[in-house]
Amino acid sequence: MPDERLTDRAAAEDPEPPAAAVALELSEVTRHYGPETAVTDLDLAVREGELLTLLGPSGCGKTTTLRMLAGLERPDDGVIRVGDRVVAGADTAFVSPEDRDVGLVFQDFALFPHLSVAENIAFGLSDSQETDARVEELLDLVGLEAQRDATPDELSGGQRQRVALARSLAPEPRVLLLDEPFSNLDVRLRERMRDEVRAILKEAGVTAVSVTHDQEEALSISDRVAVMHDGRIEQVGRPEEVFEHPESRFVASFLGQAGFLRARFSDGRAATGIGQLEADVINGLSPAYDGAAIDVLVRPDDLRAVPADPDSGDGTIVGRKYTGPSFVYRVALDSGDVVHCQHNHATEFELDQRVRVDLVADHTLAWYPAE
Amino acid sequence: MATVGRLSVPTVEADTQRRIALFVLAGIVAALVLLPVTWLVVEALGVPISRMATVLTGARTAQILVNSLALVVTVTTASVLLGVPLALLTVRTDLPFRRTFTVAAALPLVVPSYIGAFAFASAFGPGGLLTDALAPLGVDTIPALDGFWGTAVVLTLFTYPYVFITTRASLLAFDTTLVDAARTLNQSRRTAFRRVTLPQIAPGIAAGSLLVALYTLSDFGTPAIMRFDVFTRVIYVWSGAAQQDVATLLSLVLMGVTVLIIAAESRLATGDADGYAGGPGRGGRYRLGRWRWVAAGFATLVATLALLLPVGILLMWLFREGPAYAAGGFDFEWRYALNSVYVSLLAAGVAVIASVPVGYLSARRPTSLAWVLDRATYVGYAVPGVVIGLALVSFSLDVAPGFYRTIPVLVFAYVVRFVPQAVGATRASVLQVDRGLLEAARTLGRPPTAAFRRVVLPLIAPGLSAGAALVFLTTMKELPATLLLAPPGYDTIVTFIWRVRAAGYYGEAAIPALLLVVLSAASMAVILRRGETDAR
Repeated sequence: MPDERLTDRAAAEDPEPPAAAVALELSEVTRHYGPETAVTDLDLAVREGELLTLLGPSGCGKTTTLRMLAGLERPDDGVIRVGDRVVAGADTAFVSPEDRDVGLVFQDFALFPHLSVAENIAFGLSDSQETDARVEELLDLVGLEAQRDATPDELSGGQRQRVALARSLAPEPRVLLLDEPFSNLDVRLRERMRDEVRAILKEAGVTAVSVTHDQEEALSISDRVAVMHDGRIEQVGRPEEVFEHPESRFVASFLGQAGFLRARFSDGRAATGIGQLEADVINGLSPAYDGAAIDVLVRPDDLRAVPADPDSGDGTIVGRKYTGPSFVYRVALDSGDVVHCQHNHATEFELDQRVRVDLVADHTLAWYPAE
Repeated sequence: MATVGRLSVPTVEADTQRRIALFVLAGIVAALVLLPVTWLVVEALGVPISRMATVLTGARTAQILVNSLALVVTVTTASVLLGVPLALLTVRTDLPFRRTFTVAAALPLVVPSYIGAFAFASAFGPGGLLTDALAPLGVDTIPALDGFWGTAVVLTLFTYPYVFITTRASLLAFDTTLVDAARTLNQSRRTAFRRVTLPQIAPGIAAGSLLVALYTLSDFGTPAIMRFDVFTRVIYVWSGAAQQDVATLLSLVLMGVTVLIIAAESRLATGDADGYAGGPGRGGRYRLGRWRWVAAGFATLVATLALLLPVGILLMWLFREGPAYAAGGFDFEWRYALNSVYVSLLAAGVAVIASVPVGYLSARRPTSLAWVLDRATYVGYAVPGVVIGLALVSFSLDVAPGFYRTIPVLVFAYVVRFVPQAVGATRASVLQVDRGLLEAARTLGRPPTAAFRRVVLPLIAPGLSAGAALVFLTTMKELPATLLLAPPGYDTIVTFIWRVRAAGYYGEAAIPALLLVVLSAASMAVILRRGETDAR
């Protein structure tokens, strides 16, 4: 559960101007599958022109949310608005997908195999006069002029994705949805397409909601990230804000590698397994919490291990993982906590070596009431 | 776009209405397909109990039942004994000319069994074609081929490929590294086969055996030509006589036996043949050593009997001259072929149109009602053509005498028999259309009907035409329903062959018989091509 005070703080610090109009809004949206609840009381507002990513593990309800936005599923309860028009709600008619002004880029792209690239892009356009010009415009936008007459099975993965994107953008939807847009691409292509897709979306100026379980993808392409868990949104915010100051243990563990230091807070200092930490390195820890038992979030890049004598130090190296650019050491602290320290690949420790652990974070640390 | 106008239409109801309409259409198709069988049941209920008892417990009925079951058991066993070894030899061993033998082992399916029976009956026995041909070699008498053994031999030779094909498919799908694993676990080649290979290919063998058994039970032409009393022959004989009620009761017994066989197979085959598939491994072929040539001799013998002999006999009819081979009054006219094409085209068109609601429903809305409707259209596979023919003769005589022996009723019989092929093709092609494509069309502003027309229809069109081609080709060679329902004087290829056979003018039958063999080969090609595209 997010600490109440922390939530207030996050809202107060939010630098995003609330002035931008809301392009898409969900209020108390709920969806069941039989006895299973896929989405519960979901509230979310997407601003005009932003790229928001729903991030969460599989089964968290993110794809269901996306399909409800597209009109491919009906919410059991709650209201969905596109602009100021209600497209799903208890008292109003359900607006079917074709009348919503919402585009969707499918996970497997769903290109029509019997149509050429140009015909796929033109599929959603009704006015034949402007169709040709618009198709040209989009072929140019995604850089596929040369492939206009190709059929989907002649295209590479990245080209298919660009066609899917162009096809969805062609009718100028108010909101564009992207379902796991990069999961069907191989790893090397994925990184390139992330930049490319973000650039295309920004150039088109469209409001976009994407869905993914890949935290790196979410953090790198989004204006804002909404982390979902068990059919609820746990936290919404700018990527760095969510990463550095996760409001719940789930968000902390889901984004990056998380370790927790048990601490007792008293006299303006927190006593932890790596020594005393000043209150000002811990985000929002005030004297009001004097005497509280807390858990402080530390990520591998916040900590550094330093060799120590066998009879001193904070803990022992119990594991190491080589990732190429760096080593990540697993340290069992004498206090009983286990943390990870990231080092560049030149530093090498042996297993069972005694080490001191230093805090090297250049930002304040998040904390949670002890469990 | 008139978005605002469309908003006022409650789409929940529009969706529901479309769904209901689809179910109603599919329901009508299923009801029509079930009509002949239902009618037979109604008729049978009208038979007085005492007569029912006399017929069902009579010695003649018991004899027919024993004959039919003995034939099914014999043909199925013999087909397994031919089909399984041939499949093992061509897939797993270093048999010489494997590709040739693979094709040769499957090819007898293209000879309609009644054509094969006709050819064999004409060739064997005193005065037969073979006796004449072998006379210079000092062979004076060849025993006649008829009765139980004649029927069993002919049916085995032309249906064992079902077992061969299904067994081969499961052998190819079976991961041979499993055999390697068994060998490394200290099993001999023989025990590895028994404990690993056999359990994996058993469902394939069972599936092929079921096809053979059902074909044997429903085949009318072969026992009729070989003069062996099984259900189909007796039903045909009595359907024209005053004892239609006997034919009706026997039809119901026959359908009961069919249902029992299907039920027995589904209990035996607990898994489907490709459920175990792990992809073909690279395991080496078993070396036959000096047995190679014995095996090749076996494969050659089967190919000679099932393929070269019947086709050779047909060609001999074609080129031989003599009083019995070119008699007046029985000239084959191309008009007959045109008649066949006409009714077959009608049947194919109607079957495909009828298959769309059923096939689409069962592919897209896999509810239990959709499943029931889909299965209901499969009665044609399980109910022999002679039974459907009898039911429609009786139905048209009792309910709509104006339609007795008319083209519409004939086409209706074909549709009932062969619509499963169209439903299967439609369902398979709808399943291949990614559901996401329809949703994509919706999010791009197309309402459901337009999305269906612009996306689904173009994509399933090849599947629909394959289904139509199959129905067309199988209708061309359908025998019993055609004999029972074709309008008087309306000769098709099939009725012509039947007429000259009865008169013994074999020579006249050569061209139409060869024509049917070619048509069957074409339908095989359609099936194989569809299998390839499905696999892609």
